[in-house]
Amino acid sequence: MSGALLSVSNLQAWYGESHILHGVDFEIKRGELITLLGRNGAGRTTTLKAMLGLTGKRSGSIKIDGVEAVNLPTHKIARLGLGYCPEERGIFSSLSCEENLLLPPAVGEGGMSVDEIYAMFPNLKERRSSQGTRLSGGEQQMLAMARILRTGAKILLLDEITEGLAPVIVQTLGRVIRELKAKGLTIIMVEQNFRFAAPLADRHYVMEHGKIAAVVEKQDLAAKADMLHEYLGV
Amino acid sequence: MTEIFGIPIQALMGQLTIGLVNGCFYAMLSLGLAVIFGMLNVVNFAHGALYMVGAFFSWMLLNYAGVNYWFALILAPIGVAIVGVIIEKTMLRWLYQLDHLYGLLLTFGLALIIEGIFRHNYGSSGQPYELPDVFRGAFDLGFMFLPKYRAWVVVMSIVVCLATWYLIEKTKLGAYLRAGTENPKLVQAFGINVPLMVTLTYAFGVGLAGLAGVMAAPVYLVNPTMGSGIIIVVFAVVVIGGMGSILGSIVTGLALGLIEGLTKVVYPEASSTVVFIIMAIVLLIRPAGLFGREK
Ligand SMILES: Nc1ncnc2c1ncn2[C@@H]1O[C@H](COP(=O)(O)OP(=O)(O)O)[C@@H](O)[C@H]1O
Ligand SMILES: [Mg+2]
Repeated sequence: MSGALLSVSNLQAWYGESHILHGVDFEIKRGELITLLGRNGAGRTTTLKAMLGLTGKRSGSIKIDGVEAVNLPTHKIARLGLGYCPEERGIFSSLSCEENLLLPPAVGEGGMSVDEIYAMFPNLKERRSSQGTRLSGGEQQMLAMARILRTGAKILLLDEITEGLAPVIVQTLGRVIRELKAKGLTIIMVEQNFRFAAPLADRHYVMEHGKIAAVVEKQDLAAKADMLHEYLGV
Repeated sequence: MTEIFGIPIQALMGQLTIGLVNGCFYAMLSLGLAVIFGMLNVVNFAHGALYMVGAFFSWMLLNYAGVNYWFALILAPIGVAIVGVIIEKTMLRWLYQLDHLYGLLLTFGLALIIEGIFRHNYGSSGQPYELPDVFRGAFDLGFMFLPKYRAWVVVMSIVVCLATWYLIEKTKLGAYLRAGTENPKLVQAFGINVPLMVTLTYAFGVGLAGLAGVMAAPVYLVNPTMGSGIIIVVFAVVVIGGMGSILGSIVTGLALGLIEGLTKVVYPEASSTVVFIIMAIVLLIRPAGLFGREK
């Protein structure tokens, strides 16, 4: 337990009447990067949403830097230092690219400046005054990432950021993730693209039917490759 | 006397300014409705009643407390906004998970209750609100006399509408509002207190109605039914303009006021139905309204 920046235990969540998460447990230390792996429908997105209080009812415990968040409203949880990049990207169509970038308020110290962000994502600078939904898929994904880097969030929740993107852009994102990790950010990634995630992560949690089915440390990846194949069907 | 199409220009201009003044009230009311609908997904049927409350607040301030028009212009809308906060926090808030229809029914019921309370206490004959001295008289524009107060209503409400448009479309606060209209959960996941924002949006929208009520007090009699009379037309304005657009509701409100005024000169029998005829035509041709986005 000691040293965990975030620890989730026995997290259960519901969408209306349907019970989706049946007791999820994982933890992450400051500066670590973990993945939530699993087949479609395993409950990875729901885990991120439940942490932020975006599902219906939930129970269990979510400790963020020592603060119990399971009963807090969504905006207060976010203010504990979370940055959320949703699966559907969530770019606001009635806002320009730059308005999207500047929208999220600061939730912690030491966020990147707009100039640093534009240096990291030069495309966004060119497109700053374009309407949000006029951006290409890749640009939207970069924007969704970029806008949480400004906020000083210390824990990033990234849901399938490589989904549907061209290999060049996936490479760029890989470089960005490495930079962020080097800066000391703590990252939880939901990924389908195992080849993208494997070299970045310190630890992998495999989900099945709304629970953690297996935990694989980085150094055990080779030894447990067969088991992962089985779970993920890759 | 000069005539256009056989109509004396004085009469024409007179009706057009009355139409424009009505249009200003339509614009301010439909603007508030649009802002509220965008953020809360609630068709605020209580809007007309709260406009009436704004007019009554200013009348009470003057007659019970000797507070003049200028202070009423600030205090009455704040009073109405506070009523709005109470309505949102104690009642509307519980309906967001349900179908739109529930919000509409609740606010419709509230409108009846509010109107009933004022009718019970003040009767339905209406109270005159004395025009402040500075507004007595008219400007001589050469081709017509423009009563000073009407000029003031037009200028003031256009300024208020444009300021609201600027606030929503060009500022950071407006960006929160636009984003919250699209995806409130995500905005909240970024750390913004969306429930508070929703309350304030409702308060702001009905505050605009309250302001329109204060401005209307010297024009019409301050009357418990003044809200239910205007709100039907305002809903037609909203249908014609489309719920989507801020600028759309302003332009549509002003234009329909003018069209009504014009109809009064050309074919008076149709003046109270012309808006609904236009509404029917627009619904046939563009169901989402002139400025609305098709879903
Ligand atoms: N809004 C929702 N309402 C009801 N059920 C949902 C909703 N979103 C997801 N689910 C269900 O929850 C389960 C987990 O989904 P999800 O967390 O999106 O999986 P993953 O991200 O691992 O693909 C699935 O069975 C899915 O059908
Ligand atoms: Mg998912």
